[in-house]
Amino acid sequence: MSFVEEILRYPEEQILEQMAATTANQVEQALATDHLRIRDLITLLSPTALDYLEPMAQKAHHITQQRVGNTIQLFTPMYLSNECSNGCKYCGFNANNNIPRTTLTLDEIEQEAQIIHDYGFRSILLLTGEHKKMADNSYLIAAIQKIKPLFSSISIEVYPMDTDGYKQMVAAGVDGLTVYQETYNRELYKEMHPFGKKRNYTYRLEAPDRAGEAGIRRIGVGALLGLGNFATEAFYTGLHAHYIARQYWRSHVSISFPRICPADGGFAPINPVNDKQLVQMICAMRLLIPDAALFMSTRENAELRNSLMPLGITHMSAGSCTAPGGHAHKGESTEQFTIDDDRTPEQISEVIRAQGFEAVWKDWDSAFLNNLAV
Amino acid sequence: MQIIINSKPVTVATNCTISELIAHLNLNIKRIAIEYNREILAPEQFYTTIMNDNDCIEIVNFVGGG
Amino acid sequence: MDELIIAGRSFRSRLMVGTGKFASNAQMAATIAASGGEIVTVALRRVNVGDQQDDLLNHIDRNKYLLLPNTSGARNAEEAIRLARLARAAGCEPWIKLEVTPDPYYLLPDPIETLKAAEILVKEGFIVLPYINADPVLAKHLQEVGVATVMPLGAPIGSNKGLKTRDSIAIIIEQAIVPVVVDAGLGAPSHAAEAMELGADAVMINTAMAVAGNPVMMAAAFGKAVEAGRQAYLAGLGKEQKQAVASSPLTGFLRDE
Repeated sequence: MSFVEEILRYPEEQILEQMAATTANQVEQALATDHLRIRDLITLLSPTALDYLEPMAQKAHHITQQRVGNTIQLFTPMYLSNECSNGCKYCGFNANNNIPRTTLTLDEIEQEAQIIHDYGFRSILLLTGEHKKMADNSYLIAAIQKIKPLFSSISIEVYPMDTDGYKQMVAAGVDGLTVYQETYNRELYKEMHPFGKKRNYTYRLEAPDRAGEAGIRRIGVGALLGLGNFATEAFYTGLHAHYIARQYWRSHVSISFPRICPADGGFAPINPVNDKQLVQMICAMRLLIPDAALFMSTRENAELRNSLMPLGITHMSAGSCTAPGGHAHKGESTEQFTIDDDRTPEQISEVIRAQGFEAVWKDWDSAFLNNLAV
Repeated sequence: MQIIINSKPVTVATNCTISELIAHLNLNIKRIAIEYNREILAPEQFYTTIMNDNDCIEIVNFVGGG
Repeated sequence: MDELIIAGRSFRSRLMVGTGKFASNAQMAATIAASGGEIVTVALRRVNVGDQQDDLLNHIDRNKYLLLPNTSGARNAEEAIRLARLARAAGCEPWIKLEVTPDPYYLLPDPIETLKAAEILVKEGFIVLPYINADPVLAKHLQEVGVATVMPLGAPIGSNKGLKTRDSIAIIIEQAIVPVVVDAGLGAPSHAAEAMELGADAVMINTAMAVAGNPVMMAAAFGKAVEAGRQAYLAGLGKEQKQAVASSPLTGFLRDE
């Protein structure tokens, strides 16, 4: 059964009811459990569990230490294009937004990539909007092949593809993929995506499944925090990750926690997620899937990022710039969302070390895979 | 003629069919499986398969097991 | 209703029963009746020509029980596949408990041959229930080729030692996308209850019943234990509270909002 069927087994009203009825005792039971079940996830994301953030954090910290020790992996995103044919209401790249549109040429990509490489990054995340004419599969493949010699790990966060498309990406050298469902609530999803290919809820929901079938090594899910009801979006994210981990057992699942911040277009969060809730979700995800990779993005301010590091975060982005070509040409293009972290990688390493962690720049090399032409 | 049943030589009538053999051995045709010269026979084939000299037959049935 | 569903077929009982090692067919029949089980395993052996014994199947009502032939005796994939095909030719539904045990001392299952045989048998349309050591990665491989359940052992066959492989079984259960049936080594009803409390979907018992002082009574005890364990699992067990280790606070930075 695909995730579309799995998610139907947990209707939103039912989840909210169970959360409202959660007792303190149930939270304590869930915290004392080693192999969490889906109903424990409901318990840990309930309002009742908000009184237990400290023990949740302690356990999440402990589990993460056992799994990855005191390390955090660093990567940086590179925007290849901000062309987009979708009308996502919350996004700075919305087709209706009158911003300068850029799609980097292969030379510009190479230039940008070289700068990023020289900073010390070996793990990169490539991003585009969704515009088949300007930035399609062949454009991506060409970009990947161009930058492959410079990076040991290449991930993509782009438009959903079919299985063949993902297989092409794997063959080109992609080892990771992130696709946010944005909101797992069908009605809200329709409302947030009035036009464009992204309007298709099911096609997007099944993208991680197709990535799994194509054999992508790391599959990332997440909801855009601030759109739908926090507790249920967090629940469905955990459910999605749990499902992917079981179905595509050779892939590593990752969860991200993007929280809405001001964008060009001024979209305000419908259901703002506060710091306590963010902490609750990070810890609950760690407890649910002890081996999941948990990604912290540059949307959060530096001080908060420092506090979130010990809670189970395994991957962080740094030196980010969400405008295409933003590393080579600062301030010339416009951003998808504003970044609140302009530290250099050296400064990041220092801060990470101060928190008691070692920054890991390279942990994987796709050159190890013998089915890729190196 | 002589055939081998479960590694033991047995004398049977010439041109005997498998089904006739089963009846002769007093076995329940619905509760056994037969391998005829290393080939598993479908039940319908019991009636149409005529045996030859030196054929090897394996007859298995169900016994207790975990 | 909390039914066990295997390959789209539902069962009320979560106790599967073996028919081996009993003193008589009559005792075997009374035992499986007392257990409440609906799935009964049998083995395939050569007929004793000229020395007719009481037919086992005279004592198992096939309208009441699903006959699950096993491939016991097979030492490699080829032999197991052959036995499976013979079972099907003998009039069984295409369900097969895949057991490949080249080791005659502990009867431990061969993971490599089991995976080989499973892949082929699934393609031939069999509903495959493979018996394996409690190896989570092997379990995932088998699920990938399309088996209907996985059956990890609790301890070697006949040892009656209980859930020695408990931690690995917990991982298999956590990662499973098919029902998990704990099979082999369970010697007491408390072991069966423990397996069910852990989240197993069913258990298989043979030796513990057959060699008990009173097999019929033991079977009834196992039936109750499986139900009790399952109910406890559904109800949510109280967990042992672990001693909290004092450490510097991690959420002090959160302000009240």
